[in-house]
Amino acid sequence: MDIRSFCSQSRVVIVAGKGGVGKTTMVAALAHLAAGAGMSVLVIELEGRSGVSHAFGGSGDLGYAGAVLHAAGATEVGDDTGDLGAPIPAGVVHARTITPDDALLEYLDDHGMRRFSKRLLSSGIIDIVAGAIPGIRDILVLGKVKQIEQQGIADLVLVDAPATGHTMTFLSSASGLLDAARGGPIRAQAADVVALLSDPKRCQVALVTLPEEMPVNEVVEAAYQLEDSVGIALGPVIVNACYPAVDSLTTPAGDTVAAAGVDLDPALVDSLEQARRFRQRRHELQEGQVGRLASELPLAQLRVPYLFTDAIGPAELDTLSQALAAGIEALHETDPVAR
Amino acid sequence: MTTPTPDAGPASDGTAPDGIDEVVRDRSIIVCCGSGGVGKTTTSAAIALQAARLGRTACVVTIDPARRLANSLGVDELSNSPTRIEGDWPGELHALMLDPKGTFDDLITRYSDSEAQAEDIRVNRIYRNLTGTLSGTQEYMAMEKLHELVEEGGFDVIVVDTPPSRNALDFLDAPRRLTHFLENRVFQALMAPTRVGLRFMGVAAQALLRTISKVAGADIVHDAVAFFQAFEGMEEGFRLRAARVRELLVQPTTAFVLVASPRPDSVDEAIHFAAKLAESDMSATALIVNRVQPRFATDDQLATLTSTLGPGRVGDGPPAALADLVDNLAGYTLASDREEAAFAAAVAEVAPAPVYRIPLLNTDVHDLGSLADVADLLFTPAPR
Repeated sequence: MDIRSFCSQSRVVIVAGKGGVGKTTMVAALAHLAAGAGMSVLVIELEGRSGVSHAFGGSGDLGYAGAVLHAAGATEVGDDTGDLGAPIPAGVVHARTITPDDALLEYLDDHGMRRFSKRLLSSGIIDIVAGAIPGIRDILVLGKVKQIEQQGIADLVLVDAPATGHTMTFLSSASGLLDAARGGPIRAQAADVVALLSDPKRCQVALVTLPEEMPVNEVVEAAYQLEDSVGIALGPVIVNACYPAVDSLTTPAGDTVAAAGVDLDPALVDSLEQARRFRQRRHELQEGQVGRLASELPLAQLRVPYLFTDAIGPAELDTLSQALAAGIEALHETDPVAR
Repeated sequence: MTTPTPDAGPASDGTAPDGIDEVVRDRSIIVCCGSGGVGKTTTSAAIALQAARLGRTACVVTIDPARRLANSLGVDELSNSPTRIEGDWPGELHALMLDPKGTFDDLITRYSDSEAQAEDIRVNRIYRNLTGTLSGTQEYMAMEKLHELVEEGGFDVIVVDTPPSRNALDFLDAPRRLTHFLENRVFQALMAPTRVGLRFMGVAAQALLRTISKVAGADIVHDAVAFFQAFEGMEEGFRLRAARVRELLVQPTTAFVLVASPRPDSVDEAIHFAAKLAESDMSATALIVNRVQPRFATDDQLATLTSTLGPGRVGDGPPAALADLVDNLAGYTLASDREEAAFAAAVAEVAPAPVYRIPLLNTDVHDLGSLADVADLLFTPAPR
């Protein structure tokens, strides 16, 4: 499948996974990929973290106003996106943070209740309201995502979701609220959000995991829960940090060194061998887990290589998005997308 | 594989904490804190297991909904009350998986004046959603469960695996947050509009409630009022309980063990948490860094390799297979350097508390055997 059709399957892609699996990095890699294919991309951060910005070589803080992270052909990234509602140019990645407070202020403004908005926030009453009205924070944020989707300002809207445990609450808040609220604009908002989440042409979830036992268990469980309780479509599972197979590493270090005809200190050969065996063992474990994931979850997989660094910058981003691209190109048009 | 060594072993000069061996031997409450995905649940279970191996009666409390604890203890399910895990150790190991809703229900039953009041609360829609929606409720219920287990007695040590809060404060603030919620002046004013001194408040409250009605629908406000009415009179019980939980946390027999992975975000959270503990007159007793990359060569060894073999993959360099081997070794060395640099700040923040490194293991921890391996890496061997 080509990159553009892959990234155009739904305008909103919510990237979810348990903490520590590299969700934010995958958001950045997908954004980079889609922009490279000439699409306009908006990244939405929900937890005010700066990982996406760092990956693109930016300074960090995104804020509600957001920042331009990547522009094809441009040499600099800027902090000022100008009009938030203006369409994003092709090949450009914008990113912004949306918090419930921001979303509420905007919501009240939009609904002619501006004069209450400051007081709701300054008195701390919003916390009480949020406590009394289940899921209102999530609805406000998802409502904002829906609004952005409908404005059509970007070809692809990538949402960096909260860690899995909270993702469930986050994504099921809308249906929960439909149950709790019988009227009022918030209920209407919740209905709109449910409509967005349950339409695979508008919104999908990309789950991210690691090729390890517990992360695989969790992603399988999360996938079924998302389908069953939220009714949301799932895209391919992104398996992050996979050791690529390196054929030469199946040969013991001593043999390779001898074959090369170099004379090395036995302690060095031993270090090479230990590192080799460690990696081979990790690789073996990984293959077992990836295989299990495939058998327990009938979704296509996109493998992303393990990098020896945690610090993701533009160079690493390039490597990761190329790996995603290779995986996507190998997908068949008919590969299952869960409905 | 490298053997982990604590930076600071058990100190005997009395200025530094005695480390994790002392914690597991002597403390009665051990709270494990850290962000999600750092192996906190496994670490908590390993600590409880070690206590049992030392002959103590231990209980580990987890809130982990993914059944990881059950997995690693080799049982299918855990419930909201302690399950004894059988094994070959002189003490006892018990485990429970916190059910926040069930714990809250128990609390309601305990503090309501009558079964009718308890029932009013239990059927209220807002209450039914509360454990999932009021931030901090899970944390509060974890503390409540801790309190309950302490009151009931029977355990020498209780190890609490805290929820992976995004905000470290949630955990310490949880009990206060619920009481604050219940005491909210807007709703109190609405319920008691004639109470002396609340007249002005009543007017302001009415305006705000109208706004809330407009946005969220009148039903929500009606339910909210019913919710607060149902809770009326119970605040005092909650407040007393919250104060008692705090006493438990500050007592000298309580230890806070920070658990982190070498990832920058996890290290940041550990630092943040250590600072928050200090603000609340508590302190981290130990820092455990999980999943540390093993290191297979010194920098000097790597330099020797490069100078002996020449630059990889170009001209006269070594053949590809040898270059692959060297790259692999160099990669792990680089990863290890980056990790050390990443958690140096956390090590400084928790000082003088000792820091323990647990290497990335070759197998996932999913049974008592591998859990015992983790305990062996963390603790000085228990007498058998």
